[in-house]
Amino acid sequence: MSSQETPEENLPSEQESAHGAVAVAKTGEHADPFADPGLPPHEHRVQDIDEKAARRSERTVALLFTVSMLSTIGFIASFVAFPVDKSVYLWPIGHISALNFALGMTLGLALFCIGAGAVHWARTLMSDVEVADERHPIEAEPEVKAKVLADFAQGAKESQLGRRKLIRNTMFGALSLVPLSGVVLLRDLGPLPEDKLRHTLWAKGKLLVNMNTNEPLRPSDVAVGSLTFAKPEGLEEHDHDFQTQIAKAALMIVRLQPDDIKDKRELAWSHEGIVAYSKICTHVGCPISLYEQQTHHVLCPCHQSTFDLSDGARVIFGPAGHALPQLRIGVNDEGYLEALGDFEEPVGPAFWERG
Amino acid sequence: MSTETTSATTAADHRKKAPAGERVADWADGRLGIYSLAKANMRKIFPDHWSFMLGEICLYSFIIIILTGVYLTLFFHPSMNEVEYHGSYVPLQGQLMSEAFNSTMHISFDVRGGLLIRQIHHWAALIFLAGMFVHMMRVFFTGAFRKPREVNWLFGFLLFVLGMFTGFTGYSLPDDLLSGTGVRFMQGAILSVPIVGTYLSMFLFGGEFPGGDFVARFYSVHILLLPGIMLGLVVAHLILVFYHKHTQFAGPGKTNKNVVGMPLLPVYMAKAGGFFFLVFGVIAAIAAVASINPIWALGPYRPDQVSTGAQPDWYMGFAEGLIRVMPGWEINLWGHTLVLGVFIPLVIFPLVLAAIAVYPFIESWVTGDKREHHILDRPRNAPTRTAFGVAWVTAYMIMLVGGGNDLWATHFHLSINAITWFVRIFFFVGPVIAFIVTKRICLGLQRRDRDKVLHGRESGIIKRLPHGEFVEVHEPLDQEQLHTLTAHEQYKPLEIGPSVDENGVQRKVKGSQKLRAKLSKNMYGEDSQIPKPTAEEYKEITSGHGHH
Repeated sequence: MSSQETPEENLPSEQESAHGAVAVAKTGEHADPFADPGLPPHEHRVQDIDEKAARRSERTVALLFTVSMLSTIGFIASFVAFPVDKSVYLWPIGHISALNFALGMTLGLALFCIGAGAVHWARTLMSDVEVADERHPIEAEPEVKAKVLADFAQGAKESQLGRRKLIRNTMFGALSLVPLSGVVLLRDLGPLPEDKLRHTLWAKGKLLVNMNTNEPLRPSDVAVGSLTFAKPEGLEEHDHDFQTQIAKAALMIVRLQPDDIKDKRELAWSHEGIVAYSKICTHVGCPISLYEQQTHHVLCPCHQSTFDLSDGARVIFGPAGHALPQLRIGVNDEGYLEALGDFEEPVGPAFWERG
Repeated sequence: MSTETTSATTAADHRKKAPAGERVADWADGRLGIYSLAKANMRKIFPDHWSFMLGEICLYSFIIIILTGVYLTLFFHPSMNEVEYHGSYVPLQGQLMSEAFNSTMHISFDVRGGLLIRQIHHWAALIFLAGMFVHMMRVFFTGAFRKPREVNWLFGFLLFVLGMFTGFTGYSLPDDLLSGTGVRFMQGAILSVPIVGTYLSMFLFGGEFPGGDFVARFYSVHILLLPGIMLGLVVAHLILVFYHKHTQFAGPGKTNKNVVGMPLLPVYMAKAGGFFFLVFGVIAAIAAVASINPIWALGPYRPDQVSTGAQPDWYMGFAEGLIRVMPGWEINLWGHTLVLGVFIPLVIFPLVLAAIAVYPFIESWVTGDKREHHILDRPRNAPTRTAFGVAWVTAYMIMLVGGGNDLWATHFHLSINAITWFVRIFFFVGPVIAFIVTKRICLGLQRRDRDKVLHGRESGIIKRLPHGEFVEVHEPLDQEQLHTLTAHEQYKPLEIGPSVDENGVQRKVKGSQKLRAKLSKNMYGEDSQIPKPTAEEYKEITSGHGHH
């Protein structure tokens, strides 16, 4: 530290900037026009000279405190009087909970008036004479510093820490190892990722179940221009892992004119123009929910990543890094839409092992 | 006891006379040493300026958050067990939701005053963060971070950062559709971390997202871990404010060696104590009329559902902006994916915050100034610092626009693509423009101060001279104003000196010193400050021809 600072302090310009420019002319010579004139004389307020005004201030403060007391009583009264589910129309806010409004306003007023009273009291009646306090340097005096350093050296010497290297090294070793136990304990916070992010509930033969009706979908249920959300058959809202499963398996289905499909693989994986894509955005995982019928673009409302469903769901705008995974679908013997396997790539946000 | 019996009657007499309050104080002093404490602090002087109350707003909203937060814990169930809703809010009847959401609904609709406390808690959190931001800017632009207050600057900065995460974990707790989306965003961002991303995510969520653990985990982080650290930092922050004594602006009678103002008892006790009630009262009134986070309108979280116009709380909007406007770069190599489109924003986020945090240390390194500073700078008198601060705020605000690009698009009928491109470009260009413009404005204001000192104040009175010329009469400033306008210090740019020493030997100048000299020239060179008027200049002008 000192080796860094010493040469700098020797720099001539620095010395000057540290003292020269600042030193406001002391008295003597010619008087400095910019010299500090010292604290201005105290100016009396009305309340300081006119007892009537002071009494008025006193009454104002007392009034504020009284209003506060009344407001608190109002708060208790509102708590008892208003039913919790009563809604009132209040211009210009609209329909609001009567209880919430009454409680908030009375509490607010009760608190505000205490504050206003105290501040008014301080501003009008308490002495407003400005006083100067001296500051003392934060740094210790050299003697203090020398004493502390000597004490420290003495203590360190008495401990023999510096001399007994074996103790020192093993102690540092022990102290640096012991937190490892804490780190190890964190291991069971969760399972290892393994290939969990690569699989969803979708598998060959699983029916596409309409999210809203809970019925398996037939090709005829999917109209041109509509966006249908689906889940794999067997996954029910009451399942304990529903949230975690649907976070990966959520599917969106649209019907395009087969001629409009530009991507060859997309066409091959579709059925009569019906294509199924993961609903989970490849950016950071929001569910995509906005569909533009004319252009076949879907938009994630969170960060505006836009995908072209007629062209392999490639990204055409926004922060997403890659296309939405497509689910290969077909129709089973009974005429229901079914998956022909799981997604071929991980759904949702990209990660290191994704490749 | 023994001392009393030995000193016999006099002590007994004394005890009779002393009023009850004094006896209680005596008791406490014997055990806690309160008289020595009070001697140093009871009449401690605090200078007055409106901007000094910004920190108070932070402190008071923090207290309000703790008070209301404790109340909310009495009713909130931090559990993700699925339950069916049977509360009094009809539209959600029979819906499946987590217990966390269910209990938040219970607080909002069935606990009398529960909604009010919830709203006070949330509003106070927004105000806390906003207060810290503005308070931090006040400290920055007035140079209040200089020695001896650098450590307190860092404490304050840490409080701001921890406040952001406490806020985030807090608004995630109700497990509603909006906050769940925010958590999903965070999980996606964590996944982007190279090598360990998937592990971090699995460990944080106890498995795959969303799993059944994160509400309980966020809960202990939100109500215990982070507020515990913050409480410690707040106390340390306040102790240091007391210990250093408050800064003050230059003015008559105010020097670097004193502090001018009014005493803690009674004026500041009343003003600051009263201000707590004012802040609390205003927040309660806001909570009475302005709904915040209406989870009943959003519904419980489902990973496959989302609403449009999803926005985080304002203090996270900056991070949201970074993630929204970053192009979706992904590099696939050797079977691995480097998710730059998400990871770069994740890295820039702390870097931008760190930029403002380390500035004080860079400035003190450049100036090499080791003295204590208790007189605040007017922002104009530190043009480079002010320009840097404004540039930083500009970058922050532009990212805030980026974070709300969908709302800007819908409210102002603009193209979202155009806004996104604007933010992408102006995140870099905007701060540069802001820096240049701010510096020029500062220099202009310095020139005006100089003119005022040398030529006096424009009086608005037009005088016609005998030969027909019109002039405006300038009134000379009084001594107080002259002093105030010339009290600031001006550094001289650092010089590294000649490259050869007096013996003609090549002198080695370290690269860091060259950089330092360069920065110093940029900060304090001719183009970066207007020399303040000297006494000689003043005398020459005033003694010569009257007021002109």
